[in-house]
Amino acid sequence: MNETGQSGISKFTGNLKTLADSFTSSVFRGGKPSSDKARASVIYNNFFMHIQGVKTHINTLRPSYTLGMGLIALFLFLIVVASGIFLMVYYNPSLENAFKTVKNINNVVFGGKVARNVHKWAGEGMIVFLFLHMARVFFTSSYKAGREFNWLIGIVLLILTFALNLTGYLLPWDQLSYWATVIVSNIMMSPKELTDSLGLTKFFDVGTFTTDFVFAGLNPGKESLNRIYLFHVMLLPIVISVFVGIHFWRIRKDGGLTKPEDFSVRNSDIGYVLEPDKTSGIFPTHKTYGLMELAKGKTPAVDKDIENTVMSWPNLLIAELAVLMVTLAGVLIYSYYIDAPLKEMANALIPENPAKAPWYFLGLQELLSYSAFMGGVGLPSAALLGLALIPYLDREQYKVGVWFTDSTGKKIAVESFIISVIVIIGMLVFAVNFGWLRNWFPEIPQLVITLINPGSIWVGFMILWSLFVIKRTGSTRMGAMALFVMFLVSYVILTYFATEMRGPNWGFYWSKSQWPIH
Amino acid sequence: MRSEDVQEKDEKVSRRDFLTISALATGALALLGIVAGVFRFFKSDASYEEARSFKIGKPENFPVGTFRNIADKKVFIVSDDAGVYAISSVCTHLGCLVYETDTGFQCPCHGSKYNQVGKVISGPAPRGLPWYEITQDVDGSLVVDSSREVPAGTKNRFS
Repeated sequence: MNETGQSGISKFTGNLKTLADSFTSSVFRGGKPSSDKARASVIYNNFFMHIQGVKTHINTLRPSYTLGMGLIALFLFLIVVASGIFLMVYYNPSLENAFKTVKNINNVVFGGKVARNVHKWAGEGMIVFLFLHMARVFFTSSYKAGREFNWLIGIVLLILTFALNLTGYLLPWDQLSYWATVIVSNIMMSPKELTDSLGLTKFFDVGTFTTDFVFAGLNPGKESLNRIYLFHVMLLPIVISVFVGIHFWRIRKDGGLTKPEDFSVRNSDIGYVLEPDKTSGIFPTHKTYGLMELAKGKTPAVDKDIENTVMSWPNLLIAELAVLMVTLAGVLIYSYYIDAPLKEMANALIPENPAKAPWYFLGLQELLSYSAFMGGVGLPSAALLGLALIPYLDREQYKVGVWFTDSTGKKIAVESFIISVIVIIGMLVFAVNFGWLRNWFPEIPQLVITLINPGSIWVGFMILWSLFVIKRTGSTRMGAMALFVMFLVSYVILTYFATEMRGPNWGFYWSKSQWPIH
Repeated sequence: MRSEDVQEKDEKVSRRDFLTISALATGALALLGIVAGVFRFFKSDASYEEARSFKIGKPENFPVGTFRNIADKKVFIVSDDAGVYAISSVCTHLGCLVYETDTGFQCPCHGSKYNQVGKVISGPAPRGLPWYEITQDVDGSLVVDSSREVPAGTKNRFS
């Protein structure tokens, strides 16, 4: 019965001693991979790893190329999802309880304040890093060469991130939430400004339709909060997850990240790339030949590791882990020191003065203060449409993967930066000092106010300037460069201006310390 | 004979094509119906909003020269020689509540300014503050209906 002569008890204690090892090996069947072949098969066969290629191009690993922006945005999203689940334990989306439960989370629940801070700041961080990621993709021409559609998916992700941040902003039902809801519902109504002027409202009342759809009525109420909550925790997260999946899938299908055509390995690369480990696996060390491979191109790639790639395990995984740790640490430190705001409970009778939108919409609010429709609907749509069309209007395929394309690109970027800073500040100074059409011609028709205001003039200027750049340089890439730089500059400057220099009654003040006490 | 047959067959829609087209068309119609149904579903039929018509008291409470801000109803009640009138206190730009100034009304959110009769004099507001209908109930008290607008300048004397 007992073949080895061991007693049953000693077999049992033996098993007990090796319990940790045998359990580990039952989960990770292959054990820790010890050869490149085994590492490849982990990436290839593992559900969570297969989103990445088995091999990664060295250019992708150079920190100065991607700066890890997209990855940081992804990790922030995961942090937001995790912390959001914690908040859902206590939050209740009703007019009576919403504010109380948020206050409860903030002041009573163990770790509640940190969870809320993390959720809030990681969510807003997504906006920052999506913009930085977008800038990286733009300035390295990475929207080209078959990646046009992924650029569009990226813009969809940006819009969804805005929507998620906004719906989250409305949930605490404090004064900020309430008046933001009022303003947003009125922005949704603002197409009426145009349809009223044109006499179309009775046939085509798109303003009322969207407001009713999102807020279940034209004034924010209990039904509105219910829907906002539904959008924030169900609909938008599901949709954004699907689009994130498509975004990454497309990166795989497009052969990883972009890289310059004349890429060559530098000595400094050794800092973050491990030598291929060919001691075991399919390449015996005593052989003097490498495996030749015919990829795209005319000649086999001899004497190179295949197309300058290295194993994703460990090179890429270490880099990703490092970015995750830095992101997590950053969010935690920021959330430890800076608290998410919570004002008084919503009061429909006392508007905030100044009633300011969350910072990521404040640039738009500056434009809103000229015309609700142009600032809230017209110009943002134009900007998004312009961004979406960039890869279709600029199809030049040279110098993909090179920052700012070439010396002309750098020159155009700097030039557009300086000109847009001057023009937009000049425009704001003018509007602050001299007012606008209504102040000069009180009887002017609303349609003129809607169409001709500093915001639309600025957008018109950006378009004309980039057409001028295209004509001068003979390159659509340069025109796109000018347009994109101006877009970023206007977003940043308008946001700063509306955040810091607009005080009570939307008046101009040099700083918050000059605000009148009221 | 045979070639004619073939020709005729080409011009007619084949059974396979007919089935394909009708299947696709039915599918598209069904999808359209679902989408329309979803939008209709989201349009709520019951409203939890307060009634927009409300009593403000007897006319003698509003002697000539009265200016009253009924904050929770978002309306100003003014009484002068020509009669009583009600002006909305909701800014027509983005829905903030305006407050009274020496020259009229002012919105705190984006700086829209209105004169004393609610006409826009500065800022982004697309139209003047609406005037609401005031009627008298059988019990003698005045009723403001903020769902009914009247032309600016409509003032009535009640007794």
